[in-house]
Amino acid sequence: MDAKDILGLPKNPFPATQEKKPRPQKETQRKPDGVHREVYALTGGMAPLMPTIEVSHLKKRQNTEKEKISWQWLPFTSSARTDNLQLYHWVRVVNGVPPTGDYSFAKYNKSVDVVKYTDEEYKKHLTDPMWSREETDQLFDLCERFDLRFIIIADRFPYPRTVEELKSRYYAVTRALLLARAPSTGDVSGNPIVKEPYNMTHEVERKRALSVVLSQTKQQEQRDAEILAEAKQIMESRMASKSAEDVELPVNQIGNEGSEATAHAESISLLNTNHLSSSTAAPPTAECTSTPASLRMLRVYLRTHALEQMVQAANSSAGLRTIKRVDQTLQDLGVHLKPKIPTKSVCAEHLELRKEILTLLNLQKQLQNREAEASVNRDNSYAETPSTPKRSYRGDVERSLVPDSAGFGGDRVGKRDHKRKAPGRFTDAPPSPPQSKRPRKLKSSDG
Amino acid sequence: MYRGLPTIHPKRTKKPPKIFEGNGRKVPGRIDWYASIEFRGAHQLTRRLKDVEISFPIVYGTIAFWLGKKASEYNSHKWTVYVRGATNEDLGVIVKRAVFQLHPSFNNPTRVVESAPFELSESGWGEFEIAIRLFFHSDVCDKQLDLYHQLKLFPEDENGPQSIKKPVVVEIYDEIVFSEPTEALFARVQNHPAAIVPRLPSGLNLPPPGPVNNINEKKRGDTKDHPLNQWFMNFSEADELLKLAAARQYVQGHVGKLRRQLSMIDGLPQLSKAALGQ
Repeated sequence: MDAKDILGLPKNPFPATQEKKPRPQKETQRKPDGVHREVYALTGGMAPLMPTIEVSHLKKRQNTEKEKISWQWLPFTSSARTDNLQLYHWVRVVNGVPPTGDYSFAKYNKSVDVVKYTDEEYKKHLTDPMWSREETDQLFDLCERFDLRFIIIADRFPYPRTVEELKSRYYAVTRALLLARAPSTGDVSGNPIVKEPYNMTHEVERKRALSVVLSQTKQQEQRDAEILAEAKQIMESRMASKSAEDVELPVNQIGNEGSEATAHAESISLLNTNHLSSSTAAPPTAECTSTPASLRMLRVYLRTHALEQMVQAANSSAGLRTIKRVDQTLQDLGVHLKPKIPTKSVCAEHLELRKEILTLLNLQKQLQNREAEASVNRDNSYAETPSTPKRSYRGDVERSLVPDSAGFGGDRVGKRDHKRKAPGRFTDAPPSPPQSKRPRKLKSSDG
Repeated sequence: MYRGLPTIHPKRTKKPPKIFEGNGRKVPGRIDWYASIEFRGAHQLTRRLKDVEISFPIVYGTIAFWLGKKASEYNSHKWTVYVRGATNEDLGVIVKRAVFQLHPSFNNPTRVVESAPFELSESGWGEFEIAIRLFFHSDVCDKQLDLYHQLKLFPEDENGPQSIKKPVVVEIYDEIVFSEPTEALFARVQNHPAAIVPRLPSGLNLPPPGPVNNINEKKRGDTKDHPLNQWFMNFSEADELLKLAAARQYVQGHVGKLRRQLSMIDGLPQLSKAALGQ
C-alpha cells in the first residue's frame, strides 16, 4: 500500500487513464482466459506502468516527414591503414548523400612516441656496460613496433632479458636523452620519467612480494588473519586498560554499602538536578578524570558518543555472550540500553550500572566454578559439609535474581547429581557404604 | 552553578561601536568584552583548562504537520527540523552556523542557517534521514559536530486518522561537550544560561564574564517564544536517575550476596580437610 502511495499510483489495479483503459478491457473480454491469466500472473495483476507500444501509433505514423534513408555497400578508407587496402562496408545513406569523414574507428589507432637517438647521442650519453649497441637498437625497434607493451617485447627480444631489465634500459635511455636534449633542466623537470626514474630493484622486489601474496595457501591466509586479529585485540585491550585507569572507580567498595544505597536513593528525590552530579556514589574528582584520552582529543563531542565509547571500552574485556547478558539484564531492570536523557550524571550512572552488572555476571561464573570444584572435593572427602543450608540459601538467591539465571541453577543441580553418581571413578571403594553414600542424611539425623 | 549577575567591568565605559548595530549576526558585547581584557597576554587566554568540560544541553528533532485538505501526492506534510537549547536558550553563543543536509530530491538539499534559532522548514511527502552539521565560533572549536535525525511524518498508529492540528514530534536530547576549553571560552560562556559550567578551583584568575544577553541584536536566538514551542518536550533527568539508582542498588545487593557466598565456599576446603584429619 505504502509503495503505491510513494510511487503515486492509484490504489486500485485498473487506473482510470485514457490509454490504459482500453487494454485491460480488451484483455478481459477475450474468451481464451488461460493466456491472459498467465500474463496477469507475470505482471503481478497490475497493468503495465508505461505504454509499451501505441497501437494507434503503429497504424497512423509511417515516418513520412523524415529524411529518406537507405543502406549501401560502399568502399571506404581508413587513415589508420598505411597500405592502400580497399575495404567495403554497409553505409547508412541519408537522402542520397553518403557520410563523409574518416573511418570512425581510426581515432583509436594511437601509438607511443618512442625517442630516436643518433650515433653521437648514443656514444655521448647512452652507453652502458650491460647493454650493447645492437641490443639497445633492437629494444627500441621493438618498443616502437609494439607500443611499449613490454611483455610482448620481452617475448620477442632475441636475447634473454627480463621485463624489468628491458624497462630499466628503455626508461634510462629515454631519461638520459630528455635531459641531454633539454635546453635547461628546469624544462623537463616536470616530466614523470625525470622526476621518478624507474627503479629496477624495487620493481623486482615488488613483483616478487605480489606473487608471494598471490600464491599463499588458504592456511597461510588464515594464519595471517589470526595474527592480525590478535594484534588488534592486544591494541584494544591496551587502550581499554588505559581508559580503565582513567576511570579509576573502585568497584569493590560498592558491594557492601546496601544501606548507603537506599539513603542515596531517597536523597536523590529531594535534591535538585544540579546537586545530583556531585552527590551520587561516584566521587566528584573521578568525573573530571573519567574522560579518556581519545575523547579529550576530539575537543568537541556529543555526550551519547562519549558514553558509547566508554561502554565499548568496558565491554572490551567481555565476550559477546556476556555483553548480551548485560543488555538483557538492563532490559529486565527496566533501564534503557541507551539513556533517553543523557546528562552527565545519567551517563555516569549508566556506565557504573553496566560495570556492576559485569561484576555480577563474573561473580556468578566464579561461584559456578567454585561450586563445581567444591562438589568434587565433597564427593572425594566424605566430609560433613553444611550442604543443606547452603543449598537452600543459594536457591533463594537464584529465584530472586533476574530470570536468565534461573536455568543456571538447574544446570548446577544436574551437575552435582552427575558427580555423585560416579564417585567410584575418583576414589577407592568407600569404607562404610551407608555413611559415604548419604552424608547429608547422616548430618540431619545427627542434628 | 552560575556565578550570578555579571559585574560591570570598570574599564568598559564606552558604548559598543556603531558599526555592529543593526547587523544581527555580530555580537557587539562580545567584541567589546574582548577589548576590555586587552591587558591580558594573548597566550594566557589560549591556555586550556585541564580536566574541565563545558557542556551545552541541546534538543534536536522534527515537528511535522499533515496538510489535510491541502495535501497533494508530493506535498502531504509540512515539517520543521531544528536544533535548540534544551532549556530554550540561545545556542548562538557557541554555534556559528548549522547546515542541514536534506534528501537529494529537494532543491538545493544543502541548507545553511547562519543564525539562531537553527531551524529549517520544508514540505514534502517522504521520511528520510537529515544530517545536521554544526559549525562553532572560532574561539569555541574549529571542528564540526554532526547530528543525524530521521524525519518522521506519520504517527505510530499507522491506520489512525491524521490530524492537521496535532503534529508528529520527535525530539532527542543530547549534550555538546567541550573538553579542556580555553580560558577565553570559559570566561566568555561561564554565565550563559545555555551552558553547564563546573565550579573552578579557586586561585584561577579569569577575566570577568561578558554580558549574557545582548539587547542590541534584532533577531532573538532563543526559542522561549518560538511558535512551535507548545510541542517542545520537557526533559527531566530525575526519573531516569531514580531508575538507574534503583537498578544499581539491586545489582549491588546481589553482588554483595555473591561475594559472601564465594567467601563461604572458599572457606569450605579447610573445613573438609579438618574433618578428614579426625
